Amino acid sequence: MKRFFAVAVLIMRKDLRVETRSLELFLTTLFFAVSSVLVFAFGFVRNGRPVENAVAGILWIAIAFAGTLALGRTFERERYHDVLRSLLLAPVDRPAIYVGKLLGILTLLAAVEVVVVPLIALLFQAPLFRHPVLLFLLLLLGTLGFTAVGTLFGAMLVRARSRDVLLPVLLYPITIPVIIAGVRGTAVLLEPEMDLAIVRAWIGMLAFFDVVFITLSLWTFEPVMTE
Amino acid sequence: MFPPLIVLAMIFFVCAPVFIAWAPYESTMGLVQKIFYFHLPSWAAMFVAAIVCGIASAVFLFKGRVIADRIAVSSAELAVVFGLIGLVSGPLWARKAWGVWWQWDARLTMALVLWMIFVAYLLLREYGGPGSEKLAAGVALFGMANVPFVYWSVNVWRTVHPTTNVVPTLVPGMRGALWWSLVGFLLLYALAMMARVRLEEQRAALERIYRELDD
Repeated sequence: MKRFFAVAVLIMRKDLRVETRSLELFLTTLFFAVSSVLVFAFGFVRNGRPVENAVAGILWIAIAFAGTLALGRTFERERYHDVLRSLLLAPVDRPAIYVGKLLGILTLLAAVEVVVVPLIALLFQAPLFRHPVLLFLLLLLGTLGFTAVGTLFGAMLVRARSRDVLLPVLLYPITIPVIIAGVRGTAVLLEPEMDLAIVRAWIGMLAFFDVVFITLSLWTFEPVMTE
Repeated sequence: MFPPLIVLAMIFFVCAPVFIAWAPYESTMGLVQKIFYFHLPSWAAMFVAAIVCGIASAVFLFKGRVIADRIAVSSAELAVVFGLIGLVSGPLWARKAWGVWWQWDARLTMALVLWMIFVAYLLLREYGGPGSEKLAAGVALFGMANVPFVYWSVNVWRTVHPTTNVVPTLVPGMRGALWWSLVGFLLLYALAMMARVRLEEQRAALERIYRELDD
């Protein structure tokens, strides 16, 4: 068990070290997230001004789109250097490789969200940080659920054809419940009188999906990655 | 096995309109409620197809049996077809019963998502290149995990869609027609599965022959 997490953390540190050298994924994903926030802000317009209630949706769509890009490009980088094959050849638990990649991508997305979420709060004057702990839980569990499925599919599609378009085609239907729970939970947080029970219900649903998705991914990672 | 089942299925489908016409009218919706005898059985067949695809995919992933992969792809195609019938019959009924073609409530949203997961399965198999059978099997497992969620969603959330309490409490006239239609659709599913799996086997045999010819 200790070795499992040691391997996972080692893979995560490898990914983070590669990333911090160039910051390529972080900066481009961040800029893409900010651009999509702008596109959505001006896409949802009423009377010439952005719609106020769209903040929760804009936040989570930005996370979903930026996350898809980050996943695709992380595994593109792996494919280019044939890293995944070396990892699979190593005498370690395959699920540990999955968890390591998951933690790395989760850290990348967390870094992006640290910038994007306050930016959204600022641009739309939305009181996102009125209940910081609940917001943190929603973002953490939602991003975790999205990334859990995304890491599995990203790794799966590394050798497939049409992988760029197939990743979102596969990922979005399955992670729609996560996005729904995230958006609805965040929308309730933004109301003047927040209903704690409803937010806790959505957080509970996110936790449920996270458990199901991570369990399924851990089971299927090894057979799906082998020839 | 096949010919007697075809005859049986034909009997079911020919007799079904009679039983549906004999079934009593529902109090508020009138004639349009009889879409129910197509709508519920096609979604039931879709759920069965999704679960069969999931189980076959699990067997293919963890045991590597090729027949399981053939069953999985056949079942996924049928899940998409029966789901499409359900997704068309539902709005046709909803327009009259609820006044809108579609609602974004829990049951409808999750059912659409379930259908899209199996469409994604087929897209992956078609365009994913070699080796996409195993990848698609992974997707099918997530699809199968979704089915109980769709089923229970009407009981957990207050939605405009009827709950699972309706079927056990049907009046006898409706119950007979419903079970008849249900068996008919499940027979149709079984027949289509047999034909499709056989087609898949023949394709594999043909490929093998071509390859041997090339050597």
